[in-house]
Amino acid sequence: MRQFLRNLNPDEQVGLLFVLLFGLLALASLGGLLMSLRERRQGETDPGASSRLQGYHQVLRNSWLMALVFWIGWAAGPGVANLLFGLVSFFILREFISLSPTRRGDHRSLLLVFFAVLPLQYVLVWQHRLDLLTVFIPVYAFLALPVASALGNDPERFLERNAKLQWGVMVCVYGMSHVPALMLLEFPGFVGKSAFLVFYLVVVVQTCMLVQHLVNRRLSKPVAPQISLAFHWKGLGAGLLAGGLTGVLLTGITPFNPGRGLGMALIACAAGSLGHLVMKGIKRDRGVTHWGLGGRAVTGASGLLDRVDALCFAAPVFFHSVRWTFDL
Amino acid sequence: MDWRARLTGWLLLGLVRLLTGAQARWHGCPPKAEQRIYFANHQSHADLVLIWAALPQELRSITRPIAARDYWTTSRLKRWITSAVFNAVYVDRERKGDEDPLQPLIDALASGDSLILFPEGTRGFAEDPQPFKSGLYNLARRFPDVVLVPAWIHNVQRVMPKGEVVPVPVLCSVTFGEPVRLEDGEERSEFLVRARQAVMALRDV
Repeated sequence: MRQFLRNLNPDEQVGLLFVLLFGLLALASLGGLLMSLRERRQGETDPGASSRLQGYHQVLRNSWLMALVFWIGWAAGPGVANLLFGLVSFFILREFISLSPTRRGDHRSLLLVFFAVLPLQYVLVWQHRLDLLTVFIPVYAFLALPVASALGNDPERFLERNAKLQWGVMVCVYGMSHVPALMLLEFPGFVGKSAFLVFYLVVVVQTCMLVQHLVNRRLSKPVAPQISLAFHWKGLGAGLLAGGLTGVLLTGITPFNPGRGLGMALIACAAGSLGHLVMKGIKRDRGVTHWGLGGRAVTGASGLLDRVDALCFAAPVFFHSVRWTFDL
Repeated sequence: MDWRARLTGWLLLGLVRLLTGAQARWHGCPPKAEQRIYFANHQSHADLVLIWAALPQELRSITRPIAARDYWTTSRLKRWITSAVFNAVYVDRERKGDEDPLQPLIDALASGDSLILFPEGTRGFAEDPQPFKSGLYNLARRFPDVVLVPAWIHNVQRVMPKGEVVPVPVLCSVTFGEPVRLEDGEERSEFLVRARQAVMALRDV
């Protein structure tokens, strides 16, 4: 088996990986279908159970969506992959901005964000400008945006408006762009296989979130009930455990040894889970529990940001941890 | 409809969806192919495009927006877009001579089209819409069988504030509410206040 895997070229290995991934997802979907059939037979006595099942289906749908996006990105080459991630960035930033209180004076800085900062960041990724892409937003864009706002001549809640805009850019553009940026890391002896690193990050973080979701619904007394009713230390622990284990199991496809794999997985999971909590706080601040609310939101948001926020927080932390650990 | 208008309409629809989502939320009535007057708050020139984009394809082809002649016919491009793509009905905001300014709307309704109307008459910049003008009342009295559907356009003033030319991507939605009927013997001002409240009530659903 090992020998067989080693003899495949990188492309074949990645292809095999996707076959496995889609197979796993199909199995999980089948399980969900069986669960909903059983529930139907038991009758609709327990509304809690069906809403929990709905949560499971939602997580599953997200995983399908992400897997498809990654597959298209990998199959069509790095240019298209960048474009796809750029589009995701655009959509989640649009959701974020829709619920942030911007005023007329912010119009120019919003234009700057959507039509200059966002495309430029992805061009930097596409052009392999590794050093510039990590500083472009926090150093240059963060100084330029408030200038555009100040020129808008509106002092009302100036700091708040700018802070929210910068946060939106940080999470939706900076964070997201570090996922395709992982493909730029060149490990010695790991050429052509950096797509595995993206896969590794996504699977580890999604596993951690899924396990947390499943464990949390059995727990009571959340840590910060005002922010999130679904965050528990125990749940986080279980999620980290599951994510870490997945990380160790998957080290075969990465340049990590098992110890480093565990460390990297734990870092990514912790950043993702806590980032998800932070986004919950931002949503509560805006008076909603989800960006999407299942299509019932007044903005008509589909809730894409709900699904990828953990990844947005995990990606830059993971990226830089890997870079420093391996001195790339 | 010639192919250029069709292509432009298609591109415009894509652009509006990319920038705003143009989500339709049907709260008080389903999207249905009956003769209707949709009346909504008016905060931006993009309102017309947004409500047009939010309607499903089958309704879009039988629904005609109202466009102010003095704004939408000033250049050839504007005139072409409103007439060829949106199939708009032009109205004069200023009364000219003896002609009833509502006459084009009456003609359109008589030929069976649905209309999109902004009863404030002009764009408002306050939180609440301005008082409604009496055109809606006159049309409702003249065509009692036409269903009057209130609509609230959410967020569109953030896409393109007054004086700006480049739109910013912000999610917008159009909420359609429960139809309003003109009661027997209802006063003009009473009806207009009620209609305005029906529109404002959709802000928070």
